[in-house]
Amino acid sequence: MLGFVLVAPAAVLLLGLLAYPLFLGVWLSMTSATLGNTGTFVGLQNYAAILVDPVFRGAAAFSILYTVCAEAGKLALGLALALILNQSFRGQRAARALMLLPWAAPTVLSALAWLWLLDPQFSALSWLLVQLHLISTNLNFLGTATSARASLIVVNIWRGLPYFAIGYLAGLQSISKDLYEAAAIDGATGWQAFRRITWPLLAPITTILVAFSSIFTLTDFQLIWTITRGGPTDATQVFTTLAYERAIIAGQLGEGAAIAVSPIVFMVVLAFFVVRSVREQ
Amino acid sequence: MPHPDRRRFLELSAAGLGAAGLAGGLPGTAEAYPAPFKPEKDASLQLLRWTGFVKNDDIIWAENTKKFTAATGVQVQIQELSWPDVTPKAALAAQVGSGPDIVMGWNDDPFVYPDKLIDMSDLAEYMGKAHGGYFDTARSYCYDTDVKRWVAMPVGVTGNAIVYRKSWMHEAGFAKFPDDFPGFLKLAQGLKKINHPCGFSLGHAVGDANSWTHWLLWGFGAKQANPDNSIAINSPETVNAVEFARELYATMIPGVSGWLDPSNNQAFLAGQCGMTMNGISIWYVAKDQFPAIYPDTAHAVPPIGPIKQRTISNNFTSAFVFKYSKYPQAAKAYLAFMLDQAQADTWVTGMRGYVTPALKSYADLPIWTSDPEITPYRDAMAGARYDGFNGRPGRASAQALDEFVIVDMFADVAVNGVAPKDAIRKAESRLMTIYKRA
Repeated sequence: MLGFVLVAPAAVLLLGLLAYPLFLGVWLSMTSATLGNTGTFVGLQNYAAILVDPVFRGAAAFSILYTVCAEAGKLALGLALALILNQSFRGQRAARALMLLPWAAPTVLSALAWLWLLDPQFSALSWLLVQLHLISTNLNFLGTATSARASLIVVNIWRGLPYFAIGYLAGLQSISKDLYEAAAIDGATGWQAFRRITWPLLAPITTILVAFSSIFTLTDFQLIWTITRGGPTDATQVFTTLAYERAIIAGQLGEGAAIAVSPIVFMVVLAFFVVRSVREQ
Repeated sequence: MPHPDRRRFLELSAAGLGAAGLAGGLPGTAEAYPAPFKPEKDASLQLLRWTGFVKNDDIIWAENTKKFTAATGVQVQIQELSWPDVTPKAALAAQVGSGPDIVMGWNDDPFVYPDKLIDMSDLAEYMGKAHGGYFDTARSYCYDTDVKRWVAMPVGVTGNAIVYRKSWMHEAGFAKFPDDFPGFLKLAQGLKKINHPCGFSLGHAVGDANSWTHWLLWGFGAKQANPDNSIAINSPETVNAVEFARELYATMIPGVSGWLDPSNNQAFLAGQCGMTMNGISIWYVAKDQFPAIYPDTAHAVPPIGPIKQRTISNNFTSAFVFKYSKYPQAAKAYLAFMLDQAQADTWVTGMRGYVTPALKSYADLPIWTSDPEITPYRDAMAGARYDGFNGRPGRASAQALDEFVIVDMFADVAVNGVAPKDAIRKAESRLMTIYKRA
């Protein structure tokens, strides 16, 4: 009995803050609810509707592309940054603190800063490239589907990089120096030491970093909404922006909920691979 | 503590304020109509409105609100949000049944949850009679033909006009601003030639992308829907409109397909863009902060298309009161006070015409003719149409606007090189889905 009492606060928190909203979302996605109207149960009708909706299919495709590319970029660059910061050099502590800035800054503020950097008329990046005579006119970062998508992926990488770097840095510092000394005695090159010691020992932290970061990226809203609002011509819509547009702005709660719930499928697949990977290790 | 003779005081003060507002005012105003709205005992109100686009908007609105509080004892708490955020916040208030008493929302907002709103007919009709009636668009946005009642009190539009640089127009070979589409296109081509291109957003800019695309669409005689809400976008007129936009896009400054709402203001004020469509805010800011650009900045009523009628698209704002409000009479008294001559005049004048009121008699306010560059905004209501034209305002038209269906159709043709018939068919399919669902 005492056990139940002790567990109760945590259970209430989990049920109230996690389970209830989740089930409410799933329930709403199976109703015809609109803002101000609770609607009726319609089964999987909303899912059937969004599956044939080209805007939703585009949003799903870009959500996955956005997540995969951004995760790959963050992983590679985060690891590189961690390897650099793991070396001893003057100003190492300051560099580590500065590295955290993109992660620590409020997302909307950094999104606004990037909005200026990517502006077709006032971009400092374009200005720099023009001054260096690398281009003659400003780049149209947000004006075409491809460039807008690529720009958002770059911004997401910039923002999420410190998360990987700090995670990897912690992982690197937990690897015993003895292993590298032994490898050096055996004549291993730097690459061989990385390939045979560092990378395998970083595998568990990689799994965790990728899993959590993928969830953050797949559910990213602020960066995209601030920079493109899903444009141009819906090229940068993702699950979250489309769900917000449909459910909150247009008032179609049922359909918006179906859009918001649909990435759960991808998250379950992701979780499956993560769990399997952890078990193998 | 309320005054012992509060009710009598309110009656007198309301009449007195109405009369005070009439001093030197317009004929046929509130004087002839005794204010029928008496705030409930110990009433207080919460108002949700958009943050002013120009600074005097908020300041004068708050000052007028203080006058209302002084006259009635009703405290009014004003909450301001960035304008595109008002719609979702109001929708959530409708859903949960608590929040602001009054919302100054946008376009079709009241039609998304009409059953959550109190009947505003008495206020709307009282104000209409007192101030010369309403422009047609106001009725479209605020009178629900299904339930045959006013669901919102019309306030006005943040009017749109063409904003251009006079000297560059002359340099491009035009002595005066063209008044039809072919002339307008020639001017755009001329501006491009002299390296001062025009710029009209084709990105997801809620106000600026929707305004000019709808102006063109309607100007060619095309329409989104029929009065029975059947979809009417697939027409030869729409083809003409998007083909015209494609030609116009060829003259524009690079990057408009990524422009959000602030972009055209910034490009114009930086001297990079020679012509755009906007509210009076560019000129207003130029007057205060860009002395080099201000004297050369001019406005024109958007030219007319083949249908030979004005077809302006503006953002329409109206005030509505939720049924959960404990003080509906106080809310109506507040709106009647704020939109009465004395307050409306100072508000509109202080904003230099940023909001064009929906009440017809306010077209005679001295501010409109005080400067020739303000006058085009006076006419923003007279030539206005409502979004979703010629269908019925409501959830479907709101959603089509929110999802940028018309903007994306234009962008598909102009920017992405999609064939007009394919872009129109895509828009038609999206509209059918939206209208069927709504």
